[in-house]
Amino acid sequence: MKKFPISLSRILGLVRKEFIQLKRDRLTVAMLLGIPFMQMVLFGFAINSDPKLLSTAVIQADSGPLVRSYLTALENTGYFSFNYHLDRVEDVEELFLEGKILFAITIPEDFERALIRGERPEVLIEADATDPVVTARATSAAMQVNFLALNHDLKGPLAHLRPIPPPVELRIHRRYNPENITHYNTIPGLLGIILTMTTVMITAITLARERERGTLENLFAMPVHPFEVMSGKIIPFIMGASFQAFLVLVAARFIFEVPILGDLWLLSLALIIFITVNLSVGFTLSTIATNQLQAMQMGMFFFLPSILLSGFLFPFSGMPKWAQWIGEILPLTHFVRIVKSIFLKSAEFGDIKMHLLNLLIILVITATISLKRYKATLD
Amino acid sequence: MSNDSEYAIDVTGLTKSFSDQIAVDHVSLKVRRGEVFGFLGPNGSGKTTTIRMLCGLLSPEDGSGTCLGFDIMRESTEIQKRVGYMTQKFSLYEDLTIEENLLFVCRMYQMDNLKERVAAALSSLGLYDRRKQLAGALSGGWKQRLALVACMIHEPELLLLDEPTAGVDPKARRSFWDEIHEMAAKGITVLVSTHYMDEAERCHRLAYLSNGKLLAQGTGPELIKLSGLHTWRIEGENLTDVQMILSKASAVETMAPFGARIRASGTDEKALEKAVIEAASSPDVAVEKVPPGLEDVFIHFSNSAGVPIQ
Repeated sequence: MKKFPISLSRILGLVRKEFIQLKRDRLTVAMLLGIPFMQMVLFGFAINSDPKLLSTAVIQADSGPLVRSYLTALENTGYFSFNYHLDRVEDVEELFLEGKILFAITIPEDFERALIRGERPEVLIEADATDPVVTARATSAAMQVNFLALNHDLKGPLAHLRPIPPPVELRIHRRYNPENITHYNTIPGLLGIILTMTTVMITAITLARERERGTLENLFAMPVHPFEVMSGKIIPFIMGASFQAFLVLVAARFIFEVPILGDLWLLSLALIIFITVNLSVGFTLSTIATNQLQAMQMGMFFFLPSILLSGFLFPFSGMPKWAQWIGEILPLTHFVRIVKSIFLKSAEFGDIKMHLLNLLIILVITATISLKRYKATLD
Repeated sequence: MSNDSEYAIDVTGLTKSFSDQIAVDHVSLKVRRGEVFGFLGPNGSGKTTTIRMLCGLLSPEDGSGTCLGFDIMRESTEIQKRVGYMTQKFSLYEDLTIEENLLFVCRMYQMDNLKERVAAALSSLGLYDRRKQLAGALSGGWKQRLALVACMIHEPELLLLDEPTAGVDPKARRSFWDEIHEMAAKGITVLVSTHYMDEAERCHRLAYLSNGKLLAQGTGPELIKLSGLHTWRIEGENLTDVQMILSKASAVETMAPFGARIRASGTDEKALEKAVIEAASSPDVAVEKVPPGLEDVFIHFSNSAGVPIQ
């Protein structure tokens, strides 16, 4: 066999050609530079697995100096942010269902008098334990505080009241997920992740494929309305994604034994809306991308923040404001909230209507963009 | 219903530009019903853009007119129902079978008797036995024929064929053109863009487009006359020297060497004759004045592009 020597100049020639092509493929360059940048910003700044300043409601039936001192000690842990001061215990329920608070602290009547008498009054901390990661640290911090909070105030003639046991009986009530089972949180979120991944990616590709292969031109030359094409593209995927959602729900219920407490019809409604929003996002990407690869890359750019900023993998409340704003734009964020509420809190329509409305707003915006862009495709 | 005016296509001043670049510049066309109309011009001259505007794929920026009696600006849906458009690139679904592709097209045009219609089309195509094959598996020539059948299945009154025979072998091209003429005989109007001169000669009338401008339209002999071109044929054994001399002569505007033969053309009849006779002074070189061919004319048109001849 004839020897075929490796040539450095040929390799350099190939490298050079590759760089020229790369320079013209802006989306790939954006992937190379943009994805690491996005990941660094998101993981470095946005994600915090030890979230602080969690939204808390206080129901304070006593307002003596020792109560204030006790509450201040809790606030000083940095975990609690007293956003709501309630008079009635009933209001707590609504705030929990709407997801506006993660904790409710109840100070009983005559707290101070009971404390001084050494009757160890009871303070109740209710926690939304749907995401145990978020609440675990805060509750353990509260336990610590309970031991030490009043040491400073209980001095002189009251010093004999110092622990042990602590002067206050702290009861922690983990709602919705009393056993702190992590997959009660992850499985409902996973439903959203799976649907986002498949629907956005697949629809993003479908129109781009027609354009890449030239079949779109033939389609446009026939008397077919853009809305018909869009519907024809989306309907099969609504059916496919619905089936996929059904499989995930069956697995969630029977394999992972996640309770589904809420109304299945409400869940189905939310699913259909969420799937349609995702398909509409995918279709929008599809009208922008000129080929399938580009559509895939754009899908990645959408998918990554969806996973990281939706509150699925990392607590939403632990993210800085700017990251929360981005999260609010993503359909997955709202869907994760809806699904968790229906699964674990048996939320009703009234409790999730704001999230549904947000999804519909995203749907209207993306559908408008995609129909506009689609009409201009050949021009 | 489409009206029965003399022209299948009657448009004036069609204009379209893409990001500041004018692709089609005030093109006016008249195509009679039942004729085979050839659309010629170099690559990028605006042929495809014009065809796309005629069938409503692109909306013209300027211009007006009718296609099959329907306004091209307002009634593109009506036009699309009656026009068959064959794209330059094979644009049926390669991952559908031949039969599935034809059924899909029928459904888009809301045809009745799908099964019979498709079966008849498949038989006439000679592909009935291969109907379950994926369209992507067909060879170039067969793809071309399938695409033609697909754009005819809804019985259009006008066919717009964009370089239908690019990359197809001569035999397949010839039978393709026989089919085009059969359709024209049935009263279907055919507008076909091409680069092949033998195909241009098989058209009833021709239009020549260059840089988005329509340079000329008419029958072949009309165009030859319009060009004002004169052509000489030089024959001999060793023509390299003759060719050298001719290429320097300003009267020779276009020249095409064919081995033992050269064709030299120019618009200045006297000067051309002088240049040719001077160059071919050697006794074993024969010169003869011949009528210009379409190819000479079109090369001449592309060289003098930008100057409308009418």
